Amino acid sequence: MDNILSIVTFLPAIAAIFMGVLKGDDPAAQRNAKWLALAATSATFLVSLAILFQFDPNDTGFQMVEESEWLFGLSYRVGVDGISVLFVMLTTFLMPLVVAACWNVTHRVKEYMMALLILETLMLGVFVALDLVLFYLFFEGGLIPMFLIIGIWGGKDRIYAAFKFFLYTFLGSVLMLVAMVAMYIDAGTSCIGGCEVSLLTHQFGAGTLDIAGVQVVGGMQTLLFLAFFASFAVKMPMWPVHTWLPDAHVQAPTAGSVVLAAILLKMGGYGFLRFSLPMFPVASDLLAEFVMILSVIAIIYTSLVAMMQEDMKKLIAYSSVAHMGYVTMGIFAANQQGIDGAIFQMLSHGFVSGALFLCVGVIYDRMHTRDIDAYGGLVVRMPAYAAVFMLFTMANVGLPGTSGFVGEFLTLIGIFKVNTWIGVLAATGVILSACYALWLYRRVVFGDLIKESLKSITDMTTRERAIFAPLIAMTILLGVYPSLVTDAIGPSVEALIGRYEVAVESFVPDTAVAAAEE
Amino acid sequence: MISTDLSIIAPEILLAVFAMAGLVGAVYSGRDALSQLLTWAAALLFVAAALYIGLTGEGTHTAFGGIFVDDAFSRFAKVAVLLSAAAVLIISQDYLSRSDLLRFEYPILVTLAVIGMMVMVSAGDLMTLYMGLELQSLALYVVAALRRDNARSTEAGLKYFVLGALSSGLLLYGASLTYGYAGTTEFAGIIEAAGADASIGLIFGLVFLCAGFAFKVSAAPFHMWTPDVYEGSPTPVTALFATAPKVAAMALFARVVHDAFGGVVGDWQQILAFLAVVSMFLGAIAAIGQRDIKRLMAYSSISHMGYALMGLSAGTAQGVESMLVYMAIYVVMNIGTFAFILSMSRDGRHVTEIDALNGFATKEPLKALAILCLMFSLAGVPPLLGFFGKYAVLLAAVDAGLGWLAVAGVVASVIGAFYYLRIVYYMYFGEETEGLDGRMTTLPWLGLVASAVIMLVGIVNLFGIEGLAEAAAATLVR
Repeated sequence: MDNILSIVTFLPAIAAIFMGVLKGDDPAAQRNAKWLALAATSATFLVSLAILFQFDPNDTGFQMVEESEWLFGLSYRVGVDGISVLFVMLTTFLMPLVVAACWNVTHRVKEYMMALLILETLMLGVFVALDLVLFYLFFEGGLIPMFLIIGIWGGKDRIYAAFKFFLYTFLGSVLMLVAMVAMYIDAGTSCIGGCEVSLLTHQFGAGTLDIAGVQVVGGMQTLLFLAFFASFAVKMPMWPVHTWLPDAHVQAPTAGSVVLAAILLKMGGYGFLRFSLPMFPVASDLLAEFVMILSVIAIIYTSLVAMMQEDMKKLIAYSSVAHMGYVTMGIFAANQQGIDGAIFQMLSHGFVSGALFLCVGVIYDRMHTRDIDAYGGLVVRMPAYAAVFMLFTMANVGLPGTSGFVGEFLTLIGIFKVNTWIGVLAATGVILSACYALWLYRRVVFGDLIKESLKSITDMTTRERAIFAPLIAMTILLGVYPSLVTDAIGPSVEALIGRYEVAVESFVPDTAVAAAEE
Repeated sequence: MISTDLSIIAPEILLAVFAMAGLVGAVYSGRDALSQLLTWAAALLFVAAALYIGLTGEGTHTAFGGIFVDDAFSRFAKVAVLLSAAAVLIISQDYLSRSDLLRFEYPILVTLAVIGMMVMVSAGDLMTLYMGLELQSLALYVVAALRRDNARSTEAGLKYFVLGALSSGLLLYGASLTYGYAGTTEFAGIIEAAGADASIGLIFGLVFLCAGFAFKVSAAPFHMWTPDVYEGSPTPVTALFATAPKVAAMALFARVVHDAFGGVVGDWQQILAFLAVVSMFLGAIAAIGQRDIKRLMAYSSISHMGYALMGLSAGTAQGVESMLVYMAIYVVMNIGTFAFILSMSRDGRHVTEIDALNGFATKEPLKALAILCLMFSLAGVPPLLGFFGKYAVLLAAVDAGLGWLAVAGVVASVIGAFYYLRIVYYMYFGEETEGLDGRMTTLPWLGLVASAVIMLVGIVNLFGIEGLAEAAAATLVR
């Protein structure tokens, strides 16, 4: 199969088109739409397993590359390497669970499923795209279905949240578009990697530029870096541009929250790894400390904010921001442990935060409230739920044995090697995350079951258990056997760091040159 | 040779003969019995002329001693003008007969306007330019006031006429200054006279010419007429205003700045960049408060003209190419959107308030989806075709060293995205109120769905427009 990546990417979209042709909105048609979506996403997952089998971790180049001509000198180029392959797998793995999680939706089911399927295609496209503009196309295109998912199927203030989500992320990424255009003109190619001339091997100018009287150290690289940073930092989201996330999460339906937390946020981190670090190494090196400081603020500040939340989804949303702080910190530590840890943390966060949002969804479906105060003592009536929620709470805290631990630990090692102070501060985040997560757990699950409305609550159904089972398996599996991931990503990360260090070392700031000449 | 000259302008002559014969025929047969037939005939004739020009034309020819040029650029623009005019005639038939506006004058005036546009884009001389422009404008002034018993429509016609006359005055003044300093009205002569460093008088002429063109393409700060004329004119006329004349005026703009002033790119680049920035921002910001979809589309067109001008202001072949691609995409999006606006009605009455769209998606999922595609495409959100138009002009602008313009453009596009999203918001998130009659006749429906499909499918290869635009741009910029 030469075009396996295209097949996997576009399979959900084809299913969505097929679904669009189906008529009717009666219960039977709704059921058909759900089953079709489940079948399509499952099939996508099964086919994507072939990618995993074909993938050779020791080859640090791009694999399974497909290429054909496109518009304006661009090309349709897809391929995966060690950095992207696992994100592809994460997406295909989670989407059937997401579809299954919205089984109880009754409002415009067909459109909902179509939006999810289109979204899956666009998300997969982001991770496999090897052309600059193709990447942008998928990256931005994802906004449209997500805007609709929040706006149509969301909560009370969904419209505000949908607009905020869209415009915030759109503003971030249009600057990236201008930077992409500039890169295309500078390098003469839009190919990200693996071509004769590619952006990954092109040296972007780093000589100091004088722009309107301001000396820009790192020159073009710094400007490009900042433009990309505007986009990825919003997407990630990093403090202080994270404010769209809590709104979007709270208002989005469960499936939307899961997709947002588990996959969409990862695009920012993936972007840093694919573009910022390898293409603008000098600028990354210059600005690494700045990014790390923002990350540490995110870790500490949003953890504290999370502690004070009354709304469960908001709490988890803030905890996501904090966890993404580890990711950006790890990436810009720019050493093997840091980047391995960042990727690991992103994957793990995909499972854990997705599962936590599903946990909220389970009780929200029953009680239609997300207020923490409305719950208490659920363990009495819902023992299985309590156990599942406990596992994911622990994974969120980073308990050894769960996947959460490995990511945090590796990123902390990575940062300690670079900057001890930032490492120390970041480590306090581990304690803070234990505070808010365990407190949440205590308030919701433990205590006496005194609330009248909760007396008749029922435990998880078979469908819900079936959704959680794979997530539990993955969380524990990655927790006890992390080299499953690190073996796959290791060589590619090593190659990335190798190139990065060479570029950073060979960079001589203009001021140093001037001083030497004198 | 007069016969070769005539063969070059054969399509224009054919259309002119048709217009006159139709006029005579309709007057003699009395009443509006022929209007339906004439509208169809005009549409078919446009398509036929477009096919003839597009398929048979090759190379560069000039007629009448260089005042009329037939090259790849003019052919591209003519095909776009003819096809969009034909599409507008076809989608608006039903509306016109419903609201009792289908008089025989309408297709004839549109035909005359189209002839004017064809002459404009082929102009090789300031005289031809002015003749074409006035033929187009005069015909359009009249169709703006087509609903003559309606105060709004006559107001629109009058406003358009007065302001149009003013802009023609500016243009003529610019033309006469240019003639005075260059000693010739022919573009080929002007570019020689201007050389690489034009005299101050020529620059004055250039500025006035640009002001006149900016009025015709409704670029800010010469946009004032647009919202009122768009709102007041009968909707089919608005649809026409938004499409064919814009392409023609934009093409004329490109022709003059490159053919006559190609040596002094630096001088007009600043003017165009200024027009582009102001138009993009004004269009985006002023549209936010609009409650009427026709006014909204007016501001939307202002901001789209800003993007097209951004491409043109690059001053390179790539810039012209991107402008042509942008205009082609823009026209298709507008035809689809107006096909829908034409059939917006409640209890049989035409409505244009945006909030009438409330809850439209529940009632008409397919149409709502089509409009969704068009709106996101107008906003320039990938993966829809509108994004590629924006991408092309950004590429041209950055390549020409206008990075600041590109940044301004994308920021404006975020502001602009807001009001397109608002339409989606009404359709999809709004509570269902009275709503619209979902009914839509076949032809507008086809127009809407076809343009939405083009927005989605076009991203595969842009239907080969890119290559044609490249060839067209190459003949213009040497």
